[in-house]
Amino acid sequence: MNLIETVSAEQLKKDIPEFRPGDTVRVHVRVIEGEKERMQVFQGVVIQRVGHGVGATFTVRKVSQGIGVERIFPLHSPIVSQIDVMRRGKVRQARLTYLKSLRGKAARIDEKRE
Amino acid sequence: MDGLLGKKLGMTQVFTPDGDAVPVTVIEAGPCSITQVKTGKADGYDAVQVGFGDRREKGTTKPLRGHFTKAGVSPKTMLREFRVDDPGVYQPGQTFGADTFAVGDLVDVTGISKGRGFQGVVRRHKFAGGPRTRGQSDRERAPGSIGSSAYPSRVFKGTRMAGRMGNNRVTVKNLQVVGVDRDRNLLLIRGAVPGHTNGYVMIRRA
Repeated sequence: MNLIETVSAEQLKKDIPEFRPGDTVRVHVRVIEGEKERMQVFQGVVIQRVGHGVGATFTVRKVSQGIGVERIFPLHSPIVSQIDVMRRGKVRQARLTYLKSLRGKAARIDEKRE
Repeated sequence: MDGLLGKKLGMTQVFTPDGDAVPVTVIEAGPCSITQVKTGKADGYDAVQVGFGDRREKGTTKPLRGHFTKAGVSPKTMLREFRVDDPGVYQPGQTFGADTFAVGDLVDVTGISKGRGFQGVVRRHKFAGGPRTRGQSDRERAPGSIGSSAYPSRVFKGTRMAGRMGNNRVTVKNLQVVGVDRDRNLLLIRGAVPGHTNGYVMIRRA
């Protein structure tokens, strides 16, 4: 491991569950409003994971009141306090951008059977 | 001391407690050794000469070897001087490292920028080039006019043209120190720093 990696290794979280594109996750996000701090939950389908090391991010998509909402989270950010995997999805692509053009029944993802 | 020598190790990012990702350059800054103390009386000005980075004794010329032996330090690859107000407090052979600076300090970082080779005028001087369409030929990245004709019958000195780019001494001012690792002599400096990875840099208090 070179020195650069040791610097960023201190930033890495160790309690991240294994999850993949297609999985449904609940992301617990710390929201800081002035003095107050509270938790917000963002639940949706992981449509892609990008990068490695400290710079790794993942994108979660949900449909809220008929409107598609996507959020990109830095995987190791202190803002992301917890990730719960709700459901494993069976998908064949690494990046599920095709979900954006689908709605309703077509946008469903089969559950993965072990 | 208000200066350090170091080696650029590369860039990464660190998170603040609020979740902001801060881009940082990691610099191995030290251990630096004082190789010579210059005084106004003996040398005409007050400065401290500092060395960084070990080199083979065999690859060092005899005059330089003598210079290092006199200071009582091993041969160094990089030697630079820092102006000081009071040279009396420094001794040859003293070493110091990354803890010279504290988190939050502002520093100027000097390095040799990456060599870009022979570059055209669009890349080197940000010229706009010519029109791409409407019957143009050979104009897309051309410099345009470089001056008048009969008078002065020459091109003025300093006219911006194509040529070698990069590989210059560049200083970036007022960069913030984000982290100091005393044990491993590492400095984390916010933002980019001139030069390639493993290039030598000079860090001074802003």
